[in-house]
Amino acid sequence: MKKSILIGMTTVALTLGACGQKTPPAEIPPVEQPPAADANSTDPNSLEVVELPALQADLVAKAGSDTIYFGTDKYDLDEASRATLTAQAQWLIANPNVRASIEGHADERGTREYNQALGERRASAARDFLVSQGVPTSRLVVTSWGKERPVALGSNEEAWAQNRRAATVVIR
Amino acid sequence: MRILIASLLIGTAGVALAQDQPGDVPELVGGSVKTAQAIAVPVLPSGDSTGRQIAEVIASDLRATGLFTPLGPSGVPTYSQAEAGNPAYPQWRSAGVAALVSGYVEPRPDGRMTVACYLHDVTAGRQLAQQGFAVAANDWRRAAHKCAVMVYSRLSGQQPYLDTKIVYVAETGPKNNRVKRVALMDSDGSNHRYLTIGRSTVVTPRFSPNGSKLVYTAYIGRRPRVLLYDVASGSERLLIPGNHITFAPRFSPDGRDVVFSMADGGNTDIYIVSASGGEPRRLSATPGADTSPSFSPDGRQIVFESDRSGTQQLYVMNRDGSGQRRISFGGGRYASPVWSPTGNMIAFTKIAGPFRIGVMNAGGGGERILTDGWQDEGPSWAPNGQFVMFHRTQQGSGTARLYAVPVGGGSARLMPTPVGGSDPSWSPLNN
Repeated sequence: MKKSILIGMTTVALTLGACGQKTPPAEIPPVEQPPAADANSTDPNSLEVVELPALQADLVAKAGSDTIYFGTDKYDLDEASRATLTAQAQWLIANPNVRASIEGHADERGTREYNQALGERRASAARDFLVSQGVPTSRLVVTSWGKERPVALGSNEEAWAQNRRAATVVIR
Repeated sequence: MRILIASLLIGTAGVALAQDQPGDVPELVGGSVKTAQAIAVPVLPSGDSTGRQIAEVIASDLRATGLFTPLGPSGVPTYSQAEAGNPAYPQWRSAGVAALVSGYVEPRPDGRMTVACYLHDVTAGRQLAQQGFAVAANDWRRAAHKCAVMVYSRLSGQQPYLDTKIVYVAETGPKNNRVKRVALMDSDGSNHRYLTIGRSTVVTPRFSPNGSKLVYTAYIGRRPRVLLYDVASGSERLLIPGNHITFAPRFSPDGRDVVFSMADGGNTDIYIVSASGGEPRRLSATPGADTSPSFSPDGRQIVFESDRSGTQQLYVMNRDGSGQRRISFGGGRYASPVWSPTGNMIAFTKIAGPFRIGVMNAGGGGERILTDGWQDEGPSWAPNGQFVMFHRTQQGSGTARLYAVPVGGGSARLMPTPVGGSDPSWSPLNN
C-alpha cells in the first residue's frame, strides 16, 4: 500500500509569518509494519526499520558482544573483532528469521561527512566478515551513523575509543 | 580612495573598538570605510517606539558586519523629521560624529508605513545615500535591515548579508541523546522557527539558489538519506529513491541538480542527480572516501574532499567528473570545502591537531587560517563573500555554536541562535 508522498514524518505544519514561535507538532506514531518493497517510492515513511530488543539481548548474551571497535581513522578488524563477529555469525545462523543492521560509528575528531563515509567503511568490513562466516548477504544491511551517536561523552582518548565502533543491531 | 575592506584589522585580538574623542574623528574619506567606522544611529522620529526599534536594529546590523562602531540609539542627540534629510552638520561635527544614519517613520493612508533612511558624511557635510521603504506596520524590522544594507553597500561597495536568512541544525540535549532539528532564522537571529521536529537526526541543510528549497541528510530507517524540502509547503521527499546510503548534498548554482555522496561496499563516491528526481550519475570512482562536494558559482566545477592519497585533501573536477586534480598541499588534512560566491576562494576545515577554518585561492595556494578554536568545522560563505560561518564545538560537552568570521581577518563572532547549533548555511541575497 503506497503511503501519501506528501506526509513526511519530520514535517511540521507551518504558519507563514509565525515570528519566532514554535508550534508543538502532533506526535507521528511509529510505523509498525516492515518497510515497503517499492524501490521507487520517495516517501520517507517507506523506510522504517524495526528493532527487536529481546533478541538483541539474546545476541549479546550468546555472542558476548554486539559491538566491535576500531583504531583512529581505521576500519580494519583486529583479532578481538573477528572473534566477536564469528560468535555473532553463529547466532545469526541459529536465528534465521531476523535480519541485522550493521552500523558503523566514528568519534568526534573527524569532520561530519568524512565520518559518515568512515562509519560505512567500518560497517562494510564487519558485514563482509559476517558473510565470510556464512551469514547470507540478504539478511544484512549496512549503515553509518558517522559521529552522530556517540555512547561515551568525554573528549578524551578513552571516550573516542568507545565511539569508534560497529554495532550489530537485530531487526525484523 | 581604494576600498580597504580586505585589509581591515577588525577586532584584532578581541580588542574593544575605541570610541573616538572629539578632535580624533576617523575619516569617512570619499564615502569609503577606512577603519572600524564610528557611525551615529539616533532614534528615528516616529509617533511611537518604532523609531527606536528601527534604530536599534540598524545599529545591531552594522555592528555585526565588523566594520562599524555604532553610536546609539541611546546617548545620541535626536532630531526632527524635517531634519532627517538635511541635518545640521556643524552641530553633529562638534559632537564628534563623522557619519550619521538618519530617517523617519510615517504612517501611510493605506495602513502601511513609510520608513525613510539617509546616510550622511558629516565631515564633508553631504548626504551619501537615501532610500524610502513602504512596509506593513509590523514589518519595520525588514525596513531596518534594508536601511543597514544601504549604509553598508554605499560605504563598502559590497552587498552585505544583512537581509538574508540562515538555515542550520539546532541542537539540544546531552551529547549521547542529541536532538537535531532544521531551523531557519534571519541573519540577526530574529524570526526563528523550526522546520523539522527532531524525531529523525538531520544534518547539513543547504539552500537552493533561489531559497525556495533545502536539501539535507536525515536518518530514516537507520540510514542517512538525502531529502528535498520545500520551504513554503513544508513537504519533504526522498531525492534518491531506493535504499542507498546518501549524504552531503548541495545544489548546483542553477538549482537544477544536486550533487551528493553515496556510500556502498566500503566506498564513497560523488554523484549528481536532477533536483526533480531521476537516476543519479556517478562523478567520481576512486577507492577513496569522496565527499563534501561544492559547486563553483559558474556551475562549471566542483570542489570536494577525498582521501585517495591516504589523507583527506581537496580536489577540483569539472562538473561531468573529468579533470580531477588535487589543490591542497599544505601540511595536515583538508575537509568540507566550499566555493566562495565570488568564485575566487575556497573555504575549508583544516585538521592539524585542532580543527580550524581556512581559505585558499580557488586554484590552490594562498592558504590563510581564519579561526583558532579546538574544533571549528563546516564552513559556509555569506552571499557577499566577505564572511564565513561555521560551527565551533566545545571540548567535553560537545555543544556546538555558530560563529561568523570576516574573510579579511578578525575575530569570529557568535551568531545569535536560541540553542546550540551546527552546519549553518546562508541563503542567497534577499531581493
